[in-house]
Amino acid sequence: MNEYLDLGLITSFVPAASSFAGDIDFLFDMITIIVGFWFIITLATLFYFIMRFRRREGVKAMYISGEKHSEKVWTHYPHYGVIAFDVVLIGFVIVVWVNVKQTLPANEDTIRAIGQQWSWSFVHTGKDGKLDTDDDVNTVNDLHVIKDKTYHFELQSRDVLHNFAIPAFRLRQDIIPGRTIKGWFKPTESGTFDLQCAEICGRGHSMMFAAITVHPDRQSYDGTMDAIRAGTYESHFELKRQLGPVPLPFTVSKKESTSPYAIELAKSF
Amino acid sequence: MSTHGPIATHRTATGIPTGRLAVWWLLASEIFIFGGLIMCFLLFKFNNAPGFEDASMTSTAAGAFNTFVLLTSSLTIVLAHAASERGDTSASFRYIWFTIGGGLVFMLVKTYEYSTKILLGHTLTDNIFWSFYYTATGLHALHVFGGMVIMAIISFDVRKNYNLQRVELIGIYWHFVDIIWIFLFPILYIANF
Amino acid sequence: MVQQVETISHETEAHGTHHEMSFWEKYILSVDHKIIGLQYLFTGLFMAAIGGYFAYAFRMQLAFPGAEVPLFGYVDPAKFNMLVTNHGTIMIFWVAMPVLIAAFGNWMIPLMIGCDDMVFPRLNRLSYQIFLASALVLILSFFVEGGGFGGAWTSYPPLSAAAEYNLTNWGASLWLLAVALEIVAFLLGGINFITTTMNARAPGMGMMDIPIVIWMIDIAVILFMASVGPLIAGAVMLFFDQRLGTSFFLPSGGGDPLLWEHLFWFFGHPEVYVVLLPTMGIVAEIITVFSRKKLFGYRTILYTAFGTGGLSFIVWAHHQFVAGIDPRMANVFVVTTILISIPIAEMLFSYIATLYGGSIEFTTPMLWALSFLVSFLIGGVTGIYLGASALDVYFHDSYFVIAHFHYTFFPITIIGMFAAMTFWFPKMFGRMMDETLNKIHFWGTFIPFNGLFLPLFLVGMAGQHRRISDFTQYPDLASPDLQGIRIFATVSLLIMLLFQFVFIYNFFNSMFKGKKALMNPWRATTLEWTIPSPPPHGNFAEMPTVYRGPYEYSVPGHDEDYWPQHIPPKSNV
Repeated sequence: MNEYLDLGLITSFVPAASSFAGDIDFLFDMITIIVGFWFIITLATLFYFIMRFRRREGVKAMYISGEKHSEKVWTHYPHYGVIAFDVVLIGFVIVVWVNVKQTLPANEDTIRAIGQQWSWSFVHTGKDGKLDTDDDVNTVNDLHVIKDKTYHFELQSRDVLHNFAIPAFRLRQDIIPGRTIKGWFKPTESGTFDLQCAEICGRGHSMMFAAITVHPDRQSYDGTMDAIRAGTYESHFELKRQLGPVPLPFTVSKKESTSPYAIELAKSF
Repeated sequence: MSTHGPIATHRTATGIPTGRLAVWWLLASEIFIFGGLIMCFLLFKFNNAPGFEDASMTSTAAGAFNTFVLLTSSLTIVLAHAASERGDTSASFRYIWFTIGGGLVFMLVKTYEYSTKILLGHTLTDNIFWSFYYTATGLHALHVFGGMVIMAIISFDVRKNYNLQRVELIGIYWHFVDIIWIFLFPILYIANF
Repeated sequence: MVQQVETISHETEAHGTHHEMSFWEKYILSVDHKIIGLQYLFTGLFMAAIGGYFAYAFRMQLAFPGAEVPLFGYVDPAKFNMLVTNHGTIMIFWVAMPVLIAAFGNWMIPLMIGCDDMVFPRLNRLSYQIFLASALVLILSFFVEGGGFGGAWTSYPPLSAAAEYNLTNWGASLWLLAVALEIVAFLLGGINFITTTMNARAPGMGMMDIPIVIWMIDIAVILFMASVGPLIAGAVMLFFDQRLGTSFFLPSGGGDPLLWEHLFWFFGHPEVYVVLLPTMGIVAEIITVFSRKKLFGYRTILYTAFGTGGLSFIVWAHHQFVAGIDPRMANVFVVTTILISIPIAEMLFSYIATLYGGSIEFTTPMLWALSFLVSFLIGGVTGIYLGASALDVYFHDSYFVIAHFHYTFFPITIIGMFAAMTFWFPKMFGRMMDETLNKIHFWGTFIPFNGLFLPLFLVGMAGQHRRISDFTQYPDLASPDLQGIRIFATVSLLIMLLFQFVFIYNFFNSMFKGKKALMNPWRATTLEWTIPSPPPHGNFAEMPTVYRGPYEYSVPGHDEDYWPQHIPPKSNV
């Protein structure tokens, strides 16, 4: 949806790296315009009244009860305006929500994320494309996917509530022990992005960092999977942490990718 | 500390005596508490949580007897109220103590029930059904006991021809305790029979 | 009016002479609503200092991770969790509720409706005593083995239900017990508020003549009573899980963690209106007095308050959009959540309309009231982002939520508290506060408040998640720009905390050395301003009679620009 409106508000902080990130950013931009409009009008009215109706020598205040119809319309019409905008808003929100959380499009692969106090385990399907088979690849804190492929995810917890969160995908989903929660995403940008636990899970909650690496193509992904199986894998997650802070998108021109981080990571693909 | 109550206590702009308003308000809050608990029980039951077939093991006879006891005690507290309304403090005193007696019988039956079940291994932690059984009936029993204590205190005032309006108030409370039991009895004793 | 006690004898004896009361009887064991109100106020302010101190400690850790925090020590991850958990819990249960509802409700209900005390003074005292016990239990929880509870104020199981997960065995149970006691204290207190307002009004005060703050406090009490019941049931169940080995919320034993979430938020959402409505009431009282204008649309405001309260019971799952509930259910809650913004908007519009045509005086209470409107407007509109379920997929448990609820809770609790205190100080203590110091305190609080929380929207947009003690560990969040924002926010907090000493000095100094206050220094119309400052025991020497509504300011044809409620109508008006 963000072909209609793209103020780039969230993308100035986080890249948009999934197929529905644009829709969610669009909602943010649209709501900003709608509430911004009401906010500015209301604040402007408030400040105008405060200035205009300051106490002045000899000027008495008016006596208005607000019970007469002619008086009430002044709050009723803005009120109806708010309702109208709200209805529009609700419409857009439901459309995006149904797409992100209510539907499960056909998938090309599946991954499983298992949260526990206090780390992440990930299960990749391996060459047969099915989980729970002998060629599954298990990692800790490093999740690997391929760009432009639709994934289903299965979330499990070994103990308490956790939350599978990837800001670059605009995705968060609570994980409940005792069940497997399913969802989907489709990565659209390659790179290594933070993966967070976004539900307090005890003392080590702050330390449940992990990373998801979106490979630009199948070869890169297979190369990594082979390295993992062979025991020669160098963790993208560790590499990213060693390289240190990632500059915010708005501080780095989209054309140049000359930060040490970007260069190193490009090499690792 | 001044020895008289404030004038506010005796005024009533609505026509309803303040004591009665207070008791209804208290009951409303209690209804939400027990209602919440019962609703949780039903949610587990209708989502087929394990253990709910154990409802067949609660003694329906004991439960039915207790229901009869509580209903009768609700009758005696009404008689106590009627007696206090016409100023017959000794009759009121007697009926209040019949009500307390009913509460006592209720507690004794519950004690018998709890001990037989615990000896069979159905403790609080056995499964979710039993956790609810003990929590709900236990909370209810606490309210029965509390009611008995308050009734005793009120009865001594009544005998001295004092604060007779409180008989009605504890009566309302006692009816509430009764009604909660009327809800607990079917879901804990009759279901899965 | 029926005096029901005519035919049945009761405990009250003849109005005897008052014996001289000891300090203990007069101040500690008092049944006078004014003393009890002050007890709640001072306990609440003390707890606010603790809550603020905790915020200081964790914000210092966030700005300077790993550094030793002056006047506190090192904030390791376990301590961090304890600090954020108890900061939130304290501010809502031990500051917002006691100050806004219990302190000012106790003070103002009898005074504004024209009676001598609450209907059940000893129950009132008991409520405070249970409340005090709850505060002490909470403080005790910080000192037991394992430390204070660190599972967030929302206390989700299984983390909160098993010590093997939360590692704060006794801390978790004491926290839960403290919250339970606080709830009981307020349930008991609510009995007094409702019965007193309904029954003890002065003759002539109809329902629509009651000052709106009293209505707001009473509606809040009703909302509280109706919403907290299921949570009490849940708290008993959680306590049993913690201590007796049941599994109400533990999946390993057949239980369901989501059940707690529903029970908690069914209370948690109405709770925010429980604290909002009293502040809306306080703001209404202030803006009418200092714009010399009748409240615009008293009835409308009343109906929207009821509407908001009723709607508040059907929005709760917007806290659980990504919690694992059936996604189809989320759509229902999007509709109700977005809709609840409408009655609140109507209320705000009515307040702004009250200013129209006024004669506005910028005293400190008025500055606080106006700043409430501005800040709460920001809080309210940012709630729309979060009520949009699809957007909440991104913002759930992020700093955007923190910024939103601080832009609602801070105006409600802190601005509301200072508004009420500066407004009613003359009545409560018989002296005026220093207006210059008050204004310094106002600007020194309001500006840093915005400096602290406005940037948090930005880090929320960057995807920064909650309850994390050190963001430099997350490469995407460790950028110098974001860390700079965190430092800026922390410095703003430090400045804000320093300015609170101005208020503390002003408050206590004015109490003893301030200029003596007139009976009605603000020239207001409501009944509390018709008796001496501070009011004597028994409040009114003679029961007042009420002839008109509470906001008759600038009535045409009247010489004075205010017409108090108790003045009989003259024939030549």
